Amino acid sequence: MIRVQPEPFDPAIELDALAGRAPGAGAIASFVGLVRPSTGETTVDQLILEQYGNFTLATVNAIAEAGKTRFALLDLTIIHRFGTLSPGEAIVFVAAAASHRRAAFDAVDYLMDRLKTEAPFWKREQGSAGSHWIEPTPDDHAARRRWELKT
Amino acid sequence: MKILFLGRVADALGMRQIDLALPADIADVEALRCLLGNDYPALLDPTVRVIVNDAVALGSQPVAADDEVAFFPPVSGG
Repeated sequence: MIRVQPEPFDPAIELDALAGRAPGAGAIASFVGLVRPSTGETTVDQLILEQYGNFTLATVNAIAEAGKTRFALLDLTIIHRFGTLSPGEAIVFVAAAASHRRAAFDAVDYLMDRLKTEAPFWKREQGSAGSHWIEPTPDDHAARRRWELKT
Repeated sequence: MKILFLGRVADALGMRQIDLALPADIADVEALRCLLGNDYPALLDPTVRVIVNDAVALGSQPVAADDEVAFFPPVSGG
């Protein structure tokens, strides 16, 4: 289940829902991303995310499908918020149901690395240093490249 | 034609959307970009890309009056 929404979500409810949809699973791994209260020495008051309707949803769907196939997942959930968020708020939820734990762990890691670099959101931090747009960091790109290596 | 501006492109232009009566001689994305670039040079930045009807488009892609077009800077990621 893939959702891009302004509303908050409850990770516990989403985890239960995924478990309900994947009764044959041997493992479910999940990740919750929160809005950080600061970047370096800069205090963050708000994180503002823009998306672009069907384009953003279609891209997140494609990332989800790639993860589902690559790790033979039984099912997965991605929820990503947009709009104006405050520090501490949950911004993204990713969970993967698989037969075994390694696939579930790796799938969540893979999905997050792809979302961090490819998902069509435009993010602006508002805080002690004023307002500025954010782009993926070199670390984000390096993390994404790990999945291109043949192992 | 509905044209949207996303992220810092909207900041640079000071607006998020325009409605354009598409001139008859504007046939593809590149021609549209050049036309709008006269008034809004930020759209000529090569890192700014174009979406036509929910799919990323090359400069050679045809455009029509009922298309929805969006100009977008590099994504921030999730």
